[in-house]
This record gives sequence, C-alpha cells and structure tokens, in this order.
Amino acid sequence: MSSGERVSQLERLKERAKEALSKPPSIGPDLDLSSFKLESDAPKDWMTDDLVERAQTVGVDLSGKGRAGTYLQLDHYAMLEKVTAGGVEVMSISRALETYDWLMDYYWKALNVDQDKFTALAELKRTEGYFIRAKKGAKIEFPVQACLYMRTPKIAQNVHNIIIVEEDAELHVITGCATPRRAEGLHIGVSEFYVKKGGKLTFTMIHGWAEGVDVRPRTGVILEDGAEFISIYVNLNPVRTFQSMPHVYLEGVNSKANLTSIVAASNRSYFDVGGAAYLRAEGARAEIISRTIAKDEATIIARGVIIGEADHVKGHLECRGIMLTPSSVISAIPQLEAKAKDLELSHEAAVGKIAEEEIQYLMARGFSEEEATSIIIRGFMDINVEGLPPMLAAQIKKALDITAKSL
Amino acid sequence: MPMLEVVDLHVEVGGREILKGINLSINPGEVHVLLGPNGSGKSTLINAIIGSPRVKVTKGNIYFKGKEITDMPMDERIKMGLGVAFQHPPKIRGVKLRDLLEKMATKLNRSVDIEKMATLVKMEEYLDRDVNVGFSGGELKRCEILQLLVQSPDLALLDEPDSGVDVENLTVIANAINELCELNVKPSMRSKSAILVTHLGYILNYVKADRAHVILNGRIACSGKPNEILKQIMAHGFERCVQCLQEKGLAN
Repeated sequence: MSSGERVSQLERLKERAKEALSKPPSIGPDLDLSSFKLESDAPKDWMTDDLVERAQTVGVDLSGKGRAGTYLQLDHYAMLEKVTAGGVEVMSISRALETYDWLMDYYWKALNVDQDKFTALAELKRTEGYFIRAKKGAKIEFPVQACLYMRTPKIAQNVHNIIIVEEDAELHVITGCATPRRAEGLHIGVSEFYVKKGGKLTFTMIHGWAEGVDVRPRTGVILEDGAEFISIYVNLNPVRTFQSMPHVYLEGVNSKANLTSIVAASNRSYFDVGGAAYLRAEGARAEIISRTIAKDEATIIARGVIIGEADHVKGHLECRGIMLTPSSVISAIPQLEAKAKDLELSHEAAVGKIAEEEIQYLMARGFSEEEATSIIIRGFMDINVEGLPPMLAAQIKKALDITAKSL
Repeated sequence: MPMLEVVDLHVEVGGREILKGINLSINPGEVHVLLGPNGSGKSTLINAIIGSPRVKVTKGNIYFKGKEITDMPMDERIKMGLGVAFQHPPKIRGVKLRDLLEKMATKLNRSVDIEKMATLVKMEEYLDRDVNVGFSGGELKRCEILQLLVQSPDLALLDEPDSGVDVENLTVIANAINELCELNVKPSMRSKSAILVTHLGYILNYVKADRAHVILNGRIACSGKPNEILKQIMAHGFERCVQCLQEKGLAN
C-alpha cells in the first residue's frame, strides 16, 4: 500500500467515525462522552507501588519474569514495550503503524469503526493500545503480558489493540486492566485479533476496575483454517457499567473457538457480558461459557450467540448464574441461529440461588454457613479450560480465589 | 455419662409430626442400630440429632456429651464431635474431593493422611474429582464414609450406608465403619459411638453392633440384641413389631 493510499484510507475511517460519534450502542447503557477527559499529561514517576501491586493482582508481573514480553500503558502513554523471546513482537499501536505499512490491512478489518460512539471515539481520539505479533511457525512458550492502567481521574482511555498470530504460530497473551481501587473514568478497548492458518491464540483477560469506571471493550476475532482461539475473562472488582460482546468469525475450515467468562458482580455494578460466534466454514466449532454471580444490587446480563452458517459445524452455549441476594438480577440470553442444513447447535442455561441442600451438606462437615457458601461459589467458578499453559491456569486460579473471597 | 441422650423427642417435617416421643441413650463405645420400614422416621431422627433445618423439634431434648444441643447450629455440633454420612448426598460442582477433605481436616484441627484413608475405602482415584459428581451408588456411600474418617467423630450417624450397595462395596464400607467405630479393638478400649440406620440389616453381618431399636410410626417399638431382633424381623417382618406396639398401647 502506498503512503497516499494509506492516508486516504485513514481519512475515510475518520469520516465514518465522525458520523457515528453520537450513535448509541446497540446493547448496554449509553454514556455521555463529553463527561470524560480526552487529554492527560505524560506520567512521571509512573512505577508506583500501587501500580505494581494492582498490576500484579490482574496477572501482570512487571519484573517480566516468566513472560515473553511486556506492554504497559498508563493513561494515554505506552511506558513499557519489551520483548524477551524470539519470534514475537510487542509494541504500541502507533509505533506499529509507523513501522508496518501492511498493518492497515488489519486496521478496523475485524470490527466496524462506525459500530457505535465508542468505536468512533477510539478512532478519533485513539490513545495507544498494543500490537502483538507471533511470527510464522513460532511457538511462544511463555505468555506475553499487557497492562492497561488508568490513573488520572475522569479520563477516557481509548486503546486500539491488534494481535496477529501467523501461520502455525502459538501465542499466549494475558491482559490485565486496572485502576487504583477508587477511580472514575471510561475504558474503551478496541481489539482485533487475527489467527492465521493452523495458529493458536489463548487470550486471558483479568479486570480489576473500580466502582466509578465504565468499560466498553469492542472485540473482533478472525480465524483462518484450523486456527484456534481460547478466551478467558475474569473480573475481580465492581465497576459502574460494563458491556462487552466479542464477535468471533470462524472463517476457516475446522477452526475452533472457546469463550469463557467468569463474572462476579457486587454493589451496584452493571455487567452486560457475552460473546458471539459465527460458524462460517465446514468443521468450525465454538463454545461460549459463562459463570455469573450477582450480589447486592448488581445486575448481570449474560449473552451468548452462535450462528451456524456452514454444514458440519458445532456450537454450544452454557450460561449458569447464581444470585446471592434477592435484590440482584441475572438475565441469561442464549441465542442460536441455524442457517445451514447439517449442523449441531445447543445451549443450556440455569439461573438461581445456591441450593440449600448443598449448604446444609457442607455445614454438616463443620463449616459455617458463610464458609459453606464460599466453598460452593468457588467451585461454581471453577472452570477447566483445556489448552492453557499451567502458568496461566494458576494465574486464573489466583484471580478466582481473590474474587471468591471478595463475595 | 452417655454419649447421646434423646428424651421424649417430637419432630415435625413439613408440618407433619414424624417422631412422636423418642427416648434413646447411647454410651461411649456403643454402636446402636436403627431398623424399621421406609417412612418410619429413622432418617428424621438422624436429621434431628445433626440439626438439619429441614426438621423441626417441637418437644423434647437432645444431649450430646452431657450438653444440650437441641437448638445448636449444625456446624457447632460437628465441632463437638458429631458426624453424619447422608443417605442421599448432593453433588458439589467444581469442588475437588481432596480440597474438601483438606479443608475439613484444617477446620477440625486434625492432621490426617488423606491418601491412606481414601485407599481404605477404595476412593484414591476419586480425590481429584468433583465431590459426588458422576459417582455411582456405592461410590457415593464410600465417599460419605471417607469424609467421616477424616472427621473421626465421637458419634457417627450413618444413614443407610448399605442401601443400593453390592456385596463387594458392602465389605469395603463395613470395614471402614469398623475402623471408624473402633470395632476392631477390645470393647473396653472403645470410646467412639455410632448410630447405624439400616433398612435391610445385611451390613450387620459385618458390623458388630451392640444394640438394635425398631422404629415404627415415629416411636421405638422395641429394643434388644441386634441378632435377636433381626431374626424376628426376618421371620415375621415388621408385623410382629406392630403387634408389639399395639400391646404397649402405642400404635396409632
């Protein structure tokens, strides 16, 4: 692509974004974007104890030990762009766009820039984001970690992330997003993931927000032949509002996706969490699993959409929810669409309170009612995701232990 | 001092009186058997002693080690040394059996060799599975006994550990109960007690109980040596016991 073409492509994207800047989202609460700050000063003395500790709780070890690379962003600035393994690249999206002309072939290709006001703002006021690439055939043993941290009050952090896993490469990414314990702000995370023929990407995301934060991830994933995508989402802390619905396009023959979300919502948190899978080629398989726990006045909407558009595809949805208080609300909304003749789509959904019988059983083993409840909840959150390296499985276990204790 | 003393116990389940004045006394080192047809109130008595909120004590008292426990919360009774093997245990998804046993041991300040105990009831291959999920009838019963072995209660309440269990499983379970109740040592050395509820009594071929009681219509119809009572029941069914109650003027 010539630089002239690139400029005009960017101009067209900006035009479309401008027109969508007041377009409300199709799901989830609307927000007034003018109430957030779009500028922030370059941080000084950024590596504070608080940041290091909060990063640690969301799975990001800033010593970089046992990691193939690290990206850390504070507010609007990329502070760390480090690589310690061969076959992998980690850098800010602005640097990546300067470095690689071809990246425009991936920029806004898995998502529409004019989807809603959040994608529009992310383009018009983009404030960095990461670019991670696993080169052809590279099996990256240790995970690459990325931390998106928001510190300045009332800020809007509008990141655009791109991950590319080239042919037959294997990459594990752990993303931790956090704020200090008391914070206000808006996080828009545009993420486009491309997994090429025979590649594998596992994506673990742990969120540690605060009660004044609104979160709007926008994720699009494109899978080629035989590509595999595993996504695990865990949240640790209450938010104000959260809405996310990653769209995974299984374009390739025998491609495979597994999306698992474990959401515990307390206080007045509002979580609209889900995933959509488009089974577009023969042999494609997708599984969307959610475990939700609502407490206090929290609301959780757990969505799952699987659309079968080719023969011999298989999809399964599983939404399970537990309400711990009568004033909490969980809605499970599974949706299956069959657009081909020979396919298999199924779903199971169950929402309710903890079975009294199970609490009594554990109390008869000497546990108090609170202890029994906590054991059952921790068990409920326990997920067994195959294909995840043991280190990440341990990290997720740690995050879930924190979540279970906080309930 | 008796291990357990139940005095004139009346218990309701769902607004219906199930137990109509039970009196029972168990000494340290004794194993008592509760026999009786389905629905006679055996499980209700177990539930009342353990403190299940499913049953409501309307009259009478329960004393454990000399202390009244009639209204005590369930977990406190466990800490005092009560333990129960349920007839129909629920599944606990996502909770590994090993983790549960370790937590129980910590809770009760007991240092135990979980592997060794699991081997005793042939459950060593189930330690890393979710509690009771996908377990067969015999596995469920063995899992209940395993939990009791970890707890090592002073009074074990065993609710039909032999129902739906084949002969092979039965001997495994019976051996574990003998271990649990110290039935392998001299009577004078025993300090553990148990109530063993059984519908059919086969397990008594393997577990040497001290005393048996027949529960009928919420009352103890007769008590005596397990062998003699079982012989009567085998010969005449529970009919003879009904007559016995009538003779005492207690049938209704």
